[in-house]
Amino acid sequence: MRPLFKFHGGVHPPTHKVESTRTPIARAALPSKLVIPLHQHVGNRAVPTVQVGERVLKGQIIGRPEGRLSSAVHASTSGTVSAIDMQVVAHFSGLPDLCVTLIPDGKDEWFPHSGVDYKQTAHSELRQRLRDAGIVGLGGAVFPSDMKSYSHKHKIKTLVLNGAECEPYITCDDLLMRERARDILRGAEVLRELLYAEEVLIGIEDNKPEAIAAMRQAVLDDGHGHMEVIAVPTLYPGGGAKQLIRVLTGIEVAAGVRSTEMGVQCFNVATAYCAWRAITFGEPLLARIVTVTGNVERAQNFEVLLGTPVEELVAQAGAKPDTYKHIMGGPMMGVDLPSASVGVTKATNCIIEAAQSAFPPPEPAMPCIRCARCADVCPAELQPQDLYWFAKSKDFGKTQEFSLFDCIECGACAYVCPSHIPLVQYYRFAKSEIWQREKEQQAAELARERHDFRQQRIEREKQEKAERLAQKERAALAAKPPAPAPLPVAAPAADLDNTLQMRVDADIARSNMQMRIDAAAARAKEQATAEQPKNTDALTPQQQAEIAEIEARRAKFHEIASHSGADDESPKHS
Amino acid sequence: MISALLVMVGIALLLGAVLGYSAIKFKIEGNPLVEKIDAVLPQTQCGQCGYPGCLPYAEAIAKGEADINLCPPGGEEGIHKLAELLGVDFKPFGEGKGPRAKAVAFIDENTCIGCTLCLQACPVDAIVGAAKQMHTIIASECTGCELCLAPCPVDCISMQTLPENISNWKWQYPVFPIKAIK
Repeated sequence: MRPLFKFHGGVHPPTHKVESTRTPIARAALPSKLVIPLHQHVGNRAVPTVQVGERVLKGQIIGRPEGRLSSAVHASTSGTVSAIDMQVVAHFSGLPDLCVTLIPDGKDEWFPHSGVDYKQTAHSELRQRLRDAGIVGLGGAVFPSDMKSYSHKHKIKTLVLNGAECEPYITCDDLLMRERARDILRGAEVLRELLYAEEVLIGIEDNKPEAIAAMRQAVLDDGHGHMEVIAVPTLYPGGGAKQLIRVLTGIEVAAGVRSTEMGVQCFNVATAYCAWRAITFGEPLLARIVTVTGNVERAQNFEVLLGTPVEELVAQAGAKPDTYKHIMGGPMMGVDLPSASVGVTKATNCIIEAAQSAFPPPEPAMPCIRCARCADVCPAELQPQDLYWFAKSKDFGKTQEFSLFDCIECGACAYVCPSHIPLVQYYRFAKSEIWQREKEQQAAELARERHDFRQQRIEREKQEKAERLAQKERAALAAKPPAPAPLPVAAPAADLDNTLQMRVDADIARSNMQMRIDAAAARAKEQATAEQPKNTDALTPQQQAEIAEIEARRAKFHEIASHSGADDESPKHS
Repeated sequence: MISALLVMVGIALLLGAVLGYSAIKFKIEGNPLVEKIDAVLPQTQCGQCGYPGCLPYAEAIAKGEADINLCPPGGEEGIHKLAELLGVDFKPFGEGKGPRAKAVAFIDENTCIGCTLCLQACPVDAIVGAAKQMHTIIASECTGCELCLAPCPVDCISMQTLPENISNWKWQYPVFPIKAIK
């Protein structure tokens, strides 16, 4: 029996998991349309590679990854692209983002794809395959998985597979582990291979005995020697990566340190499953398991195509009419959806239909009484009451001193607050305010640099110009004597009087000037003859036709313009 | 008595020498306060303060010639920072001189005649173009100083406020509707 460790704090909210675990995972019906956001992952938004009206096949890339930290987006089924535009997406802001709208043709026709044997394939190619298959962390953080499967910087000893699923209501990982345990472990094996990890620890909260049994059976059946399924105590937020690593290995991942530096990497079970499908069968991430629960007739898990509108999904579970909002994710950290028409994304693990009875609107916030219950439950060992105080008074420097950025926004503090203060909102406000300021500071730095550079450049150009002029003068002086031959020779003669000397100088200056003007004129002439327009040579008949058309249009406009000019002069009656 | 005097004089000379040496060795070029003030200013180089750029304004503040409330792009936040740095009281913006929404310049490319006047006006080289070639603005480098508006002979430059999108959206300060308790 492996000794387990504890993390600080934690809460025990009612789990509500039984409702949605009674039936196996169902395949959701093909929706009437798919709204697929191009930014479903951490990093840069994918760049659309299809056009409106184009027919796409299932699994075809419709958004290619842009930059290093990005991931591909695919067509979830075959059909026609009907729009690429800004649509409301599942985000706290409720703002629109670029989405591809796909009308399925019902044929579900696959794009040609093929897998590889991971043992025979170079790691760099495996990572590229993960990236092209759009595999991201499905626990909710949606961080591109290829970026997490490097091990060259630090030696990874332990791969932690996260099946804790600590948030209430959500059961998608539970059902996945019950039904597809073998593929999850095979995926874990691929990831272990990529990381050269020695052991795989699979942490599952002990309120999921069926999943634990299924996973243990799969470990035995497939003879995964270095894998261990460990039941961890049910305690929210035990599924946070840092918390689970702490419980399983006893390693405390310090602030600002990545777990890989401590020799641990963490993946969600669903990510491992999708990685296996992507590597071995070449299937990109097109669908995910989504728990539909709350105020519905039949709470259950669905395998849902990415982009399926939430309203069409919840209808299949029998949505009841008195639902007043839809929550994506769990009740502790979830997003209130701005609209029921948003598409399911890679981050959508759960849709909770909220009725007034189960999810009453938040009670009015009362003043903080500094009972410090929030500090007792904070899994990051922060002082939430102080953070709240500083965030409320917009003292952002102090919030950073009190380690605001270690806050994982789990909501345990707000859950226990007897004054019903929405603490997490204050922390989020403070965080985004600090980010904003950092951005502005960087912009100011950049502007300063550019301004300084510009000043320098202007200074340099001035100097260069002055030097050029001086050089020219010198050259002119040096070239002067032989040109107007007779006069300068006579000029130095001592017996010439001053007036003659002056006249000679003036003559030289005049002839000099005349020479310069002549030279400039010659240059201009040369340029004029040299600069023949070249872009009208060798035109195709099509281009000529286009030009003729444009000329005709121009002539027409001229005509209209001259007419309307005449009209203007006559008095108008209407 | 004499020896005591000599010791004291000796110490005085030694310390004087050390001080004199360090005054030369560790001499700070320029006014360090100017740098600190300049770091607080938003570097738009817009000249709305009446000085030709952020650094000249910072110098003027350091000399005590300029007020701290002359920089609209810095916002009230900027005045607070300056007040804190200089140990003076906060001073609000003058009437109608407050900050405006952040905007970037936009060139109507159909109207642009390629005169390069805006290029010369831009303090951060955020405009791309050449003589008789269409110009355009690199929005990410534009500080929104509006210095390019005046020189344009065809008035083809306008300021466009940046729309809020997912990447620049930020959490608002939590506000709650007050409910009357009967």
